[in-house]
Amino acid sequence: MTLTSSINTRPYTLGSMNTGEPCCEPIAHLQVQNLSLAYGQKTVLDGVSLDIYKGCITALIGPSGCGKTSFLSALNRLTDLSASTRVRGSVLFDGEDLLSDKVDVLTLRRRIGMIFQKPNPFPLSIRRNLDLPLKEHGVNDRKIRAQKIETALRDVGLWDEVADRLDSSALALSGGQQQRLCIARALVLEPEILLMDEPCSALDPISSAVVEALIIRLRGQYTVVIVTHNLAQARRVANYAAFFWMKERVGKLIEFGQCQNLFEKPNHQLTAAYISGTQG
Amino acid sequence: MLNKHIDKPVSVLLMSIAVLCGLILLLVLSFLVKEAWPAINDGAWRSFLVDDAWYPLEGLFGISPMILASLAMTVGAILLALPLGVSSAIFLVFYAPAPVGSVYRLMLNLLAGIPSVIYGLWGLTKLVPLIVQWQAPGVSLLAAILVLTLMILPTVALTSAAALTAVPQELIAGAAALGLTRKSQILLVLIPAAKTGIISGVLLAVARALGETMAVLMVAGNVVQNPTSLFAPVRALTANIALEMAYATGTHRAGLFASGLLLTLLVLLLAWLASRLRSQAQRG
Repeated sequence: MTLTSSINTRPYTLGSMNTGEPCCEPIAHLQVQNLSLAYGQKTVLDGVSLDIYKGCITALIGPSGCGKTSFLSALNRLTDLSASTRVRGSVLFDGEDLLSDKVDVLTLRRRIGMIFQKPNPFPLSIRRNLDLPLKEHGVNDRKIRAQKIETALRDVGLWDEVADRLDSSALALSGGQQQRLCIARALVLEPEILLMDEPCSALDPISSAVVEALIIRLRGQYTVVIVTHNLAQARRVANYAAFFWMKERVGKLIEFGQCQNLFEKPNHQLTAAYISGTQG
Repeated sequence: MLNKHIDKPVSVLLMSIAVLCGLILLLVLSFLVKEAWPAINDGAWRSFLVDDAWYPLEGLFGISPMILASLAMTVGAILLALPLGVSSAIFLVFYAPAPVGSVYRLMLNLLAGIPSVIYGLWGLTKLVPLIVQWQAPGVSLLAAILVLTLMILPTVALTSAAALTAVPQELIAGAAALGLTRKSQILLVLIPAAKTGIISGVLLAVARALGETMAVLMVAGNVVQNPTSLFAPVRALTANIALEMAYATGTHRAGLFASGLLLTLLVLLLAWLASRLRSQAQRG
């Protein structure tokens, strides 16, 4: 996998605003340019441009309904599921616009995994939940699949909890275990990017902390884009933060930058108001 | 305050209606048992299973060929209706453009509403002659299976469609997000997720097929014999009751009631299984 054609070492900074010192040499993994999204006649997101940096966690924050989840689902083309959704602009991934019709969506989704707000394990056994996507993507050797399944379950810290009941139903797991299983299910395909849509919001505080610790462990190995309403969580996990806001009923990207910088020295007064809790 | 006053009488009224509905089932069952009692009591029920023929006027009460015939028809019809019905449901829910889908759904509903005697008429005048060209006598197990398939197809298709529609959207999104093809999403994730709903629909269809009388009576040929060939004329348990009740007396009459009781218990068993399955699925 080469990224040479799409490497852009200049961080996208929304003009000349100071976004703070980067944590590492930033390499753009995804370059979102002027992305707009509409459901039928209703525009929900307009003119979003930002880079998603490789190996970093980018948090998308902002009030409900400002298009964060829509933005996320454009990145793995899950927006294709609804015929009325129109996406404009471009998202460069590996030198190619992933929004183009020529892109093989199935391969794209293997490379860009997604975790949903509500844990959504398939109503199958724990093993089959991971086996199924592997088979689907052509891993035909049973032994290799078993190995990959174990690795993925170890990666999410679930192996010791479920090793003796891999063939029992995934639905019998607790909410937090289900969500970690879903993360394992995405990881088992060895994706490059993980999209997470409020992965902790449906979990109890303890499970939420376990999943959060897992997300932090993913940093460096995977590029993570995470939508969260929990600002404290965004501060704890993210390297970069993007703040979305509704302007005239349309979602806009207001500010993007180093996470700590965005929280401590926001450039925009809306950002300042939102993170201090006076608006949103 | 008003609600509180009304609440009590309304709940009593509803409760009595519910109890009444439950009582009707008990009444029907006890009526069947009472009428079948002579056959059960004097040991004739043993000859039901042991006797190798059904000559009630000569005291031979072997109903096993008819039980086998009823089962063969039902199993055959389910084997055909299940793939057809589930495919229809998949088409309806996932592939049909909205206008086509609504017309198709309407057609299935209409199909479910056609009186069984009409299916029988069609089977007798169109289907049986076709089978005759293949192998005489035409009225046969096969004719009964085909007619029953048509009759239960809407049940299987509509309940499967309802079960597939009820699959949570996040499961579909989850399957799509893993890069599963549409085909795999449906076959490997959505159908297993809808499995319980589909099976309970199939059980309802089995109950309907087992209990169907008129259409089967018109096309099956009604010869009491073991269903050894698809082309052999056979008699279903239900058809037997309908054919002979008019002139049956004594043990013969009681024997017919006993076979009716057997049918009822079978259908109740199926209904119980269907509800058990559903509650099992809810527990996860």
